[in-house]
Amino acid sequence: MDAMAKKKTSEAAGAHRWENDPVLSVEHLTMRFGGLVAVGDLSFEVGRGDITALIGPNGAGKTTVFNCVTGFYKPTEGRIIMRHGLGRQDDTVSAVTDSGLRFRKDGDKGVFLLERMPDHEISHKARVARTFQNIRLFGGMTALENLLVAQHNPLVVASGFSFGGILGLPGYKKAEEAAIEKAVYWLEKTRLVDRADDPASDLPYGAQRRLEIARAMCTGPELLCLDEPAAGLNPRESSELNELLKYIRDEHGISVLLIEHDMGVVMEISDHIVVLDYGVKIADGTAEAVRTDPRVIAAYLGVDEEEEIDIPEVREDLSAVAKDEPPEDKTPAAGKANATGKRAAPAKAKPAAKPKARAAKPAASASEVKVAGADKHPGKQPPGTKKPAPGGANNLTRIKGVGPASEKKLNALGIWNFSQVATWKKAEVEWVGSYLAFPGRIEREEWVKQAKVLAKGGDTEFSKRVDSGEVATSRPGRGAARTGGKGGKA
Amino acid sequence: MAGAKTNVPAASNRPAGAQRAAERGRQAPNIVAAPKKNKLKDSLRDAATAAMLVAVLGLFFIGVRTDIAPGGLDLKMRWTAWIVSILVVFGGRLALNMFVFQAHTPATQTLGQKIGQLGAAAPGLGKWLMRALFAFAVVLPFFFTTFFPGKDRQFIDLAILIMTYIMLGWGLNIVVGLAGLLDLGYVAFYAVGAYSFALLAQHFEFIGFWVALPLAGMLAALWGIILGFPVLRLRGDYLAIVTLAFGEIIRIVLLNWYQFTGGPDGISGIPKPTFFGLELKRGEGGFADFFGIEYAPIQRFIFLYYIIFFLALLTNFVTMRLRRLPIGRAWEALREDEIACRSLGINTRNTKLTAFAIGAMFGGFAGSFFATRQGFISPESFTFLESAIILAIVVLGGLGSQIGVVIAAVVMIGGIEMLRNLGFLSQVFGPGFDPVQYRMLIFGMAMVLIMVWKPRGLVSTREPTAVLKEKKRIDADMVAQGEGH
Repeated sequence: MDAMAKKKTSEAAGAHRWENDPVLSVEHLTMRFGGLVAVGDLSFEVGRGDITALIGPNGAGKTTVFNCVTGFYKPTEGRIIMRHGLGRQDDTVSAVTDSGLRFRKDGDKGVFLLERMPDHEISHKARVARTFQNIRLFGGMTALENLLVAQHNPLVVASGFSFGGILGLPGYKKAEEAAIEKAVYWLEKTRLVDRADDPASDLPYGAQRRLEIARAMCTGPELLCLDEPAAGLNPRESSELNELLKYIRDEHGISVLLIEHDMGVVMEISDHIVVLDYGVKIADGTAEAVRTDPRVIAAYLGVDEEEEIDIPEVREDLSAVAKDEPPEDKTPAAGKANATGKRAAPAKAKPAAKPKARAAKPAASASEVKVAGADKHPGKQPPGTKKPAPGGANNLTRIKGVGPASEKKLNALGIWNFSQVATWKKAEVEWVGSYLAFPGRIEREEWVKQAKVLAKGGDTEFSKRVDSGEVATSRPGRGAARTGGKGGKA
Repeated sequence: MAGAKTNVPAASNRPAGAQRAAERGRQAPNIVAAPKKNKLKDSLRDAATAAMLVAVLGLFFIGVRTDIAPGGLDLKMRWTAWIVSILVVFGGRLALNMFVFQAHTPATQTLGQKIGQLGAAAPGLGKWLMRALFAFAVVLPFFFTTFFPGKDRQFIDLAILIMTYIMLGWGLNIVVGLAGLLDLGYVAFYAVGAYSFALLAQHFEFIGFWVALPLAGMLAALWGIILGFPVLRLRGDYLAIVTLAFGEIIRIVLLNWYQFTGGPDGISGIPKPTFFGLELKRGEGGFADFFGIEYAPIQRFIFLYYIIFFLALLTNFVTMRLRRLPIGRAWEALREDEIACRSLGINTRNTKLTAFAIGAMFGGFAGSFFATRQGFISPESFTFLESAIILAIVVLGGLGSQIGVVIAAVVMIGGIEMLRNLGFLSQVFGPGFDPVQYRMLIFGMAMVLIMVWKPRGLVSTREPTAVLKEKKRIDADMVAQGEGH
């Protein structure tokens, strides 16, 4: 597989293409809709000539990122840079940013600040083409006409802004023939040439998906953004799609950014994968790096905590916890930096789990338990005690979302009882979330709320199920299985 | 710590309740013998019900007539009319039941198939029909002067009127049919064109029809852009309402700006068009005198006919060309999907504005022709009814179809006028019957029938603008209607 080979060579060179020669850089992108933060401080890069996949669970903000890149939304904050020509062109980028211009084009080279440009200019000038999640073809026009509409801008110039065309000057005729030729080329590539004269809405679903890609290619893009191109395709069609995308990348040297749920497609063709969850980047790297990343597996694939423990990294974490030595290098932030590759720029090495890093104060810990690297996490370390409260430790796994692994980590922090969890404020929740490498999960699963109920001796739906032994990942019983974190078998 | 997997299918995963019932239904063959119907009995019963309804309602609406008599109202019973209407409804309903509603193969279906076969049998029929229509339009004035010498002026006048509406229909077709922007205020541009010419001619001696024509077109296009800007972001009903308001604003300004437009008095004495400087008048220096032919008042009408014929052809030619140009394709793409257009680098703002401007320009041309033909204009001529008629022509003809507009204009404008000549009906219904009073009723019914029969207009298929191998007409169901429909 040439994608693999390519990956190998780029890794052998010591760095990834998306760091050395990014065609698109998204920097600190934030998109808010009223109070909802759809995308929070997201940064990633798309390498020139790479197929980059943007994945994440439903509602993770992938399409919002797409809409920001293609100009359909104006981002609340952040910078989106599109580059033509080789290299990072950092000087031009900062010059354009300071100048207040939307872009600078210099022969083949060019720098475009997409957040400043209207959508049609992004397609026309910055050469970013896109497709849509719900197919948006011109249904009443033939497949051929769809591809001619895509070549609107060069044809308008050729038709002398319609004046020459109305008078029937020969220049336009030639340009139209060339446009039809280009359209036929892409129709052949997408195996639609037999249906060229059929209206687009008459085509079967898979053909419509291909036609939309062909239409995007007819705009002559440098970057092709595909929003779930394999959605609704059968296995044969999606393997054809893989071939088409590889062809576009290899023969035309066009970078592809795609959103996809079909992991088969993503893992097979992607050179680079960016994983989003709740609008925050949780992983970024090659297919292998992402595939084995525990955060990705937990957040995206939704694996039980039980299975999570089988992942080597977590197991190491656990054994470190068991030795009561908080892990130094295996803190999530460091782990993430590994996953994202060794970033030179400090801004990019910043873990995505820290959208509010600027607001984070050094943890003024009142905890009896000291954890090395506590100030690496945003928020505040919750106060812990060396020993559980009189009466013994609670069974923390009765909180929905806390498994044995997390319980051990919490015990290592000096968290033994529900009453301790119940006192957590936002800062503590954030800190623990980061420490446990589950950013946002504590809020989502409402640990604190559950703990408040449980601390009073009450029961939640979940804890009832735990006590009746229905939950495999939790231990039934109100007390802890063991008296301390020490000596626990991982 | 190893526990049982939770995601093992359990007994509770089996279908239950409604789902099980649905699955069982899917397996069972669902063939039920249709109950035998007594066609005649059912039809008679249905017709009798309808007749009964008419009897009850018609007793007051038809059966009783009030006349003013000395000292109050005089009630007169019209039993004959009442019974006749009941019988007509009973007979009609029975026939419909027998041959359409309950028939195995409805008569309308057979008829439709026959018409379809006729079209399939002669594939070039449409093309030849178009050519025949065009040839007839070229020789039309002479056809009437030769064969209807007594009524030629009336007929040519009607032809001019129809041609004006064809041109307006074609102009509006760009905005509504191609770009899919519902414009209920198209008459505003017609008014701008007419008033531009009238006012220019009033203030500047040297400006005649031919100089004013392009100026009127440009001014109308300018107003098209001015209207276009505020409605760029509007969609659907809101677009229709704002354009409607724009049409009314123009008319009301013309009505109230007395010092400039003459208000309700209008503007009179608008110059007639000249033939390369020759006026079509009697005596020395006129058109007839120059060519050494005898002067006849009809010459002026023939000349006017050819002017509007030429203008309409120009409109058609430009529209057909534009459809095959990128801008025309962008209009149609805009009608299909605006968001996709923007993703392909089409500047939708400029595209919409060009549609408004070009559509308005042809409206302006037609307006200045209207001014020169009438010789007098006032805001009365530019009411919402005009917009509605033009829009009805476009919709009835089929959005985006050029030949459809021609047929619809002939049917609508010609039809309304032709219904004035229904004198023979009074011989059927007696001397008290005035058919002219019923023409709008008949006309409305005809429109309803057309829309029931052909909901997407008379010519609803779309012709592709570029063909690779084989030209296939696109069915109306596939084609989007754009904003405001």
